[in-house]
Amino acid sequence: MSLDRTDVEKIAHLARIAISDDEIPATTAKLSGILDLIDKMQAVDTDGVAPLAHPLETTQRLRPDAVTESNHRDDYQTIAPATESGLYLVPKVIE
Amino acid sequence: MQWEIVIGLEIHAQLTTASKIFSGSATAFGAEPNTQASLIDLGMPGTLPVLNAQAVRKAVKFGLAIDAEIGMTNVFARKNYFYPDLPKGYQTSQMDHPIVGKGYLDITLEDGTVKRVGVTRAHLEEDAGKSLHEDFQGMSGIDLNRAGTPLLEIVSEPDMRSAKEAVAYAKTIHSLVRYLGICDGNMAEGSLRCDCNVSIRPKGQAEFGTRCEIKNVNSFRFIEKAINTEVQRQIELIEDGGKVVQETRLYDPNKDETRSMRSKEEANDYRYFPCPDLLPVVLEPAFLEEVRAELPELPQQKRERFESEFGLSTYDASVLSAQRELADYFEEVQRVCGDAKLAANWVMGELSSLLNKADLDIEQSPVSAAQLGGMILRIKDNTISGKIAKMVFEALANGEGDSADVIIAAKGLKQVTDSGAIEAMLDEVLATNAEQVEQYRAAEEAKRGKMFGFFVGQAMKASKGKANPQQVNELLRKKLDS
Amino acid sequence: MHEKTLAELSQALQSKTLSSVELTQHYLTRIEQFDGELNSYITVSPELALRQAAAADEVIAKGEASALTGIPLAHKDLFCTQGLRTSCGSKMLDNFISPYESTVTQRFIDAGAVTLGKTNLDEFAMGSSTESSFYGPTRNPWDTERVPGGSSGGSAAAIAARLCAAATGTDTGGSIRQPAGFTALTGLKPTYGRVSRWGMIAYASSLDQGGPMARTAEDCALMLQVMAGFDEKDSTSVDQPVDNYSASLNDSLKGLRIGLPKEYFASGLDAATADAIDAAVKQFQALGAEVKEISLPNAELAIPAYYVIAPAEASSNLSRFDGVRFGYRCDNPADLTDLYKRSRGEGFGAEVKRRIMVGAYALSAGYYDAYYLQAQKIRRLIKNDFMAAYEQVDVILCPTSPTPAFKIGEKIDDPVSLYLTDIYTITANLAGVPGIALPAGFANGLPLGMQLLGPYFSEARLLNIAHQYQQVTDWHQRAPAGY
Repeated sequence: MSLDRTDVEKIAHLARIAISDDEIPATTAKLSGILDLIDKMQAVDTDGVAPLAHPLETTQRLRPDAVTESNHRDDYQTIAPATESGLYLVPKVIE
Repeated sequence: MQWEIVIGLEIHAQLTTASKIFSGSATAFGAEPNTQASLIDLGMPGTLPVLNAQAVRKAVKFGLAIDAEIGMTNVFARKNYFYPDLPKGYQTSQMDHPIVGKGYLDITLEDGTVKRVGVTRAHLEEDAGKSLHEDFQGMSGIDLNRAGTPLLEIVSEPDMRSAKEAVAYAKTIHSLVRYLGICDGNMAEGSLRCDCNVSIRPKGQAEFGTRCEIKNVNSFRFIEKAINTEVQRQIELIEDGGKVVQETRLYDPNKDETRSMRSKEEANDYRYFPCPDLLPVVLEPAFLEEVRAELPELPQQKRERFESEFGLSTYDASVLSAQRELADYFEEVQRVCGDAKLAANWVMGELSSLLNKADLDIEQSPVSAAQLGGMILRIKDNTISGKIAKMVFEALANGEGDSADVIIAAKGLKQVTDSGAIEAMLDEVLATNAEQVEQYRAAEEAKRGKMFGFFVGQAMKASKGKANPQQVNELLRKKLDS
Repeated sequence: MHEKTLAELSQALQSKTLSSVELTQHYLTRIEQFDGELNSYITVSPELALRQAAAADEVIAKGEASALTGIPLAHKDLFCTQGLRTSCGSKMLDNFISPYESTVTQRFIDAGAVTLGKTNLDEFAMGSSTESSFYGPTRNPWDTERVPGGSSGGSAAAIAARLCAAATGTDTGGSIRQPAGFTALTGLKPTYGRVSRWGMIAYASSLDQGGPMARTAEDCALMLQVMAGFDEKDSTSVDQPVDNYSASLNDSLKGLRIGLPKEYFASGLDAATADAIDAAVKQFQALGAEVKEISLPNAELAIPAYYVIAPAEASSNLSRFDGVRFGYRCDNPADLTDLYKRSRGEGFGAEVKRRIMVGAYALSAGYYDAYYLQAQKIRRLIKNDFMAAYEQVDVILCPTSPTPAFKIGEKIDDPVSLYLTDIYTITANLAGVPGIALPAGFANGLPLGMQLLGPYFSEARLLNIAHQYQQVTDWHQRAPAGY
């Protein structure tokens, strides 16, 4: 499977990763190489095989509904890039 | 052209758990920003989710109440998109294997007809935070207190054909989740939110038209207005030769219009996949039976019982059963007074208007069910008339006495039924109004009706409303017509 | 004192022939002396270490010590350590002072161990050479022109150069076993779910597993004893009793059935490594084991399946690094999209960005079935291969990598050739089974590694087998010259 420039731009956008024009050719080539490696899977007939998401195939444990957390806002926000009045700041969100 | 409207609703109900769906943070509404956002809710690196048992239980409760298939093995999946109120860059939700599968709800329309609406599915997911758009030097502020609050997303089939039907469906869901005690239904606080999928098609056409999704409509009134506005927009668009584009729109109640949400336009490749941090949730049949045993009588069952057991009209029965607390109140009044119709009339009449005026919930009613029932007993045994009852009710509401009896006694409102006393009083009234008596007797039969009313009024006034009106009528007639 | 193994140090501390403060100071001095060249640590925490050491000495004085009390350890820098930078080897988290402690490191704190610092790794554990770190490559003490393997290469180099007694690592596709093989160490990847992932910054959640790296199996047993156990904070943690790993170290190997997967000895395997494993087979036979050939027929599909599943999970796991609540944020973002794109574009290195993009692609509309679903089906086939093999044998013996340590820079521009170095280790992660890597010999002064893979929760048996082998060999006792 080989990708072209538009594919790479689309994926980079989906993943929200800035990619400069001069990075695109090399990235395209490397991603295509990886996809070639991956595509070896396509030759295998897996009809009727159930997908495996977790190796141990156990089931979800449930937690009792209890409030166990207290307010640590100040601690948690010391490592935040930008806050004000307890809020995380981001460039204006347009709806 | 004749257009048919097709509507499906996605209702997000916040489940009333103490803690969040995947963390031990509180879910209380209205806390200071980010004070209920734990490491997990903030999406801190290395943190992991553990599922809240109550969220599962409440979702199953809903599923059983709508007679749905329950996902005995249900799976959480990640819905990937970037948004500042979504701390992990994905929403943990359910995709291919929801906890609640196909079910249905019967809704009662205004004309009393019942319509069945299909529920496609209902799945558990985590709520997002909030973006606050007040100006912080041109920035938006993010509050993640709401992030991780458990939601049940209830997806209907596109079975509704008018805005009114959509509202009836939304109200039915609202009533049901409150009955079940799984959601507080507070739409103003966003506990119950509604996305409306709206499309139109020429009448008779089988295929659906292109739909638009109106996001986050947060009152029943707005659901109706938003849908009607959107339908109008789509009709005008198509009739002008345009085409409806599938998109997400926002309803602006101030301008009564819907507009496209730019931010959501491109985020349509959500790359769902099973969440590797959570394992499949496997439910045991015994658990289902345990939850089923906890189910209360549901609104529809209650409505039917009110009709059959109490002989109420479908309308009265559905009004009284729509809210569990109201139904309980009504039943208590009925139990005390033994008269379902009078109980229904008082609850839906005086009591409702009192609560409406004071903006109170039924639980906050200043007149208790026992008080109202006790008062109705006094109407029934002719201690007071209906008119006097209104005064007694008002006095009860003002806290002037603990019971109707106390108020009746204190205010001397007991009805006069002694015909001797009434006759004496009537004689006096007639004597005072001798002129009018003459006129009455001289008048033609046809004109006498109105004039008769005058004497009744005078008599009631003279008795301060306490004379039994029926007796007053009978005795007056006898005296005047003899 | 750094010549001693962890077990020996533990005895010395408890018999008070050595204090933890002395020992800790000794390691700190060695780090100062040697790590400039090796670059095995990203962060050294002398104050914390000496404080912990002093506290440990008090505990020892009171006679309340456990095996790990006062032992100076290093932690791979993707275990969150409260108040200490936890970088994942990434510019993205260069400023990330963790607000909380991972379960694994908390367990070591509770056991009285000392934290010397945080070790280097491939950025977000995505790599096999520790070259993709934002903090520069780590060098292999056996040959500083070569890589120590990865992604737990910092831990491997630090232990091999005797800059700590033992260390933690994580293994998503071989990141404990392959560097152990490259540096003549013993490293164990436990059964998926045996060690809590809480606070272990995720690369690929369904594959990641933390484990110990040390010089001997005996040391790994002591380390794993602390790390293993149920954690209610991790839904994938398994609630099952933990074996006493030291107790069975001396069990006999008589009657042990060892399988050699024929697919792993086909083309592409370095001759010296093949010879070393042949020799090991003879040693095991001499210890009473029976050896036979087995087949893992779908083994060659492991790499393609892994390079779908791991990047897919990673693409989602790493979405939280968005410049909003923590971590790197670009300067002067023009708008929200610009904030995301530049923070991530500038904060992540090339390999991380590649894997995120591969993962996003594999999950995107129209490709999900062909890539992600197909990979998960193959994952099932691979697990089935193991289950079938364990019907016939108790453990599987195979190399850890096709070649010994390669040169720094040799594969950096060719991701696919680097991916292929994980060929023997990845299957265990896909199946979730445990594996232990241990030194099997040397060629041209470079360590050669081998690994033993066992059924679920067979860690005690794997440690026992490795320990027995180490009783009759001395590969694990060799130290790189100059350290």
